[in-house]
Amino acid sequence: MTNENQCINCPVHNVGNLVKLGINMEEFDFVVALAGNPNTGKSTVFNNLTGLRQHTGNWPGKTVTRAEGAFSYNDKKFKIVDLPGTYSLLSTSTDEEVARDFILFGQPDVTVIVIDATRVERNLNLTLQVLEITDRAVICLNLIDEAKRRKLEIDERTLSRELGVPVVPAAARQGAGMQELLKSIFDVASGNYICKPHRVSNYPKTLTKALDNLISQIGLVFPSLPNARWVALRLLEGDQRIIDAVKSGELGTLLKDKAGVSAVSE
Amino acid sequence: MSTKIGEEYQSILDNANNLRWEIGEGFHDSLMESLYADASEIAGKAVSFKGLKPKYDFDRTIDKIVTSKWLGFPIMFLLLALVFWLTVQGANYPSRLLSSLLLDTIHPVLKNFSLIIGVPSWLAGVLIDGGYLAVAWVVAVMLPPMAIFFPMFTLLEDFGYLPRVAFNMDSLFRRAGAHGKQALTMSMGFGCNAAGVVATRIIDSPRERLIAIITNNFSLCNGRWPTQILIASIFIGGVVPAHLAGLVSAAAVVAIALLGIFLSLAVSWGLSKTLLKGEASAFSLELPPYRPPRILQTLYTSLIDRTVFVLWRAIVFAFPAGLVIWIVANVYIGDLSLAEHFIEWTNPFGWFIGLNGVILLAYIIAIPANEIVIPTVLMLTVLSTRLGDIGAGAGIMFELDSVTSTAQILEAGGWTLLTGINLMLFSLLHNPCSTTIYTIYKETGSIKWTTISTFLPIIMGLLVCFFVAQFWFLFSGI
Repeated sequence: MTNENQCINCPVHNVGNLVKLGINMEEFDFVVALAGNPNTGKSTVFNNLTGLRQHTGNWPGKTVTRAEGAFSYNDKKFKIVDLPGTYSLLSTSTDEEVARDFILFGQPDVTVIVIDATRVERNLNLTLQVLEITDRAVICLNLIDEAKRRKLEIDERTLSRELGVPVVPAAARQGAGMQELLKSIFDVASGNYICKPHRVSNYPKTLTKALDNLISQIGLVFPSLPNARWVALRLLEGDQRIIDAVKSGELGTLLKDKAGVSAVSE
Repeated sequence: MSTKIGEEYQSILDNANNLRWEIGEGFHDSLMESLYADASEIAGKAVSFKGLKPKYDFDRTIDKIVTSKWLGFPIMFLLLALVFWLTVQGANYPSRLLSSLLLDTIHPVLKNFSLIIGVPSWLAGVLIDGGYLAVAWVVAVMLPPMAIFFPMFTLLEDFGYLPRVAFNMDSLFRRAGAHGKQALTMSMGFGCNAAGVVATRIIDSPRERLIAIITNNFSLCNGRWPTQILIASIFIGGVVPAHLAGLVSAAAVVAIALLGIFLSLAVSWGLSKTLLKGEASAFSLELPPYRPPRILQTLYTSLIDRTVFVLWRAIVFAFPAGLVIWIVANVYIGDLSLAEHFIEWTNPFGWFIGLNGVILLAYIIAIPANEIVIPTVLMLTVLSTRLGDIGAGAGIMFELDSVTSTAQILEAGGWTLLTGINLMLFSLLHNPCSTTIYTIYKETGSIKWTTISTFLPIIMGLLVCFFVAQFWFLFSGI
């Protein structure tokens, strides 16, 4: 399979698929996706990192399409994709699909999850869903200034330990925390920081049994799949997009292990 | 080999199907419960309150006022009116400055220069009297109101006011059988209808999304605001005492914008009762916290994103339109130019609906961009009334230095208060620009819905203008 060889030799493991998603990968070392709830400041972070002037607005639902930009850090070139804000990755509206398909099928090297520091609990719902799909993520704890104003204290080290990924406090509107965010993105992308993402596990027994059954079967057919459990959950829910991806074998060709960065299995 | 793999894939799916039956219903709920429980646990560990929770919540107090039953709408109208009033008042002076520079100073210089270096007169005509003047006109007429209007609108957006508008309007849209988020896409349409059509992606239900797409054109876009503001200043502001002129013309523009919102609701209602039957679906909308607008950055982005973008688009479309105008005004068949033939031919119909042939021709030339309607109208008016002494001859966009002289031209062209009102109505109700039509096609993928979105507003526009004109004739006794 020539395809497979190309993948191994490539700096980015799934170039073909990114190209399919409309991304020119020739000049980039890493792809970064920006995900998060609506109106948490993803576009502001995007503008800060890229120096672009994507229109930002204080209302949820401003970004409905993917915006792309680029930056370089430590001599590595990053392509960054601003995804539409979503509350979950489970439902099926167009903007949520754009976000989920990109994180799953595009397999960005790092997914930056921008969360609103004044609404941590609600934002964690999406965060945990993203962490189910991907192994390489950085949390940007944005709007930290607003949280301070509301007398909220957030211990980012605890958050980081619980979630198993770097957490960077930031106030993107003021440009604060952006250097630290860049460093964390670089560390995760280059494999200096190995994420051990939190996985939801307190499921009822009947479900756990069914899951284990399906996971082991998926593991046999797609041995290199890093998120077999998530795929199993989606199949149990009857998610048509994932069913199609299994049926066509798209999952198998897609989720090759990345050379250089060890995928941490559960 | 491949069939074997295919079987393996299928067996995974079969297994999943069986297991789904085993775990039974409530699976999705228990998944979500586990997720929420984990999120809550982690948040509980990491987040704490320092000292006492602030008792007084500033955001909530503002929200209580701006989304209250009684004050919500009046505040909305007042804010809108304030923005237009500032625009109308502020735009006149820079407009005059720009037109005296671009039209009175640079244009003659260009003409003289072309004479000196011996450019053939038809070429100088097409390029300088056609293309250059169209562009100069667009800049002089459009730039000042845009440079004032957009930053103010963007400040409101940055502050977080738009979701409150959506909140206020939600019940109206729901009663019209449309999606509450349509209030947001409608607001986007006030900037640009093509952007508004793309923004409808936030609406999940295809039925409600189509309604939002079809009715987006009832939001006055960037390209139409200057037309509204200019015509209102001339014809509506002109009939009241000078010190009230600004206020009254701003009120007239607000009235047209509100009429657009009303029609948007009415058409949504009509569609959801006929072509697109169905119930409104529920949704949740988060009211974001108020954030102090970053004034400088907002000014910068609104200047780059909106003002320069729209202006550039207008210029790109104005130049070729200028060429076309010059050509139709200078190619003769018999005694009359092409433009005059068309204007004479459509004048009776135009008059019948309270417009005139010039306006109809201008709207055909301006299909690519609403921005160039006013310059085209002015130029064609000069041409058709042969106001040779004011302008520099037939088919040339001549020099005008203020709103008053624009008014003189239009009045000499037989315009009345009725023409002004109907032009404002027609500018609200006509086909979307070509960019929007293309965007609608791309988003819906359907020729049928694109056709409906294109022709519904223009048919409504012709009908509304017709009725207004007939009433006008009835009461003014013509």
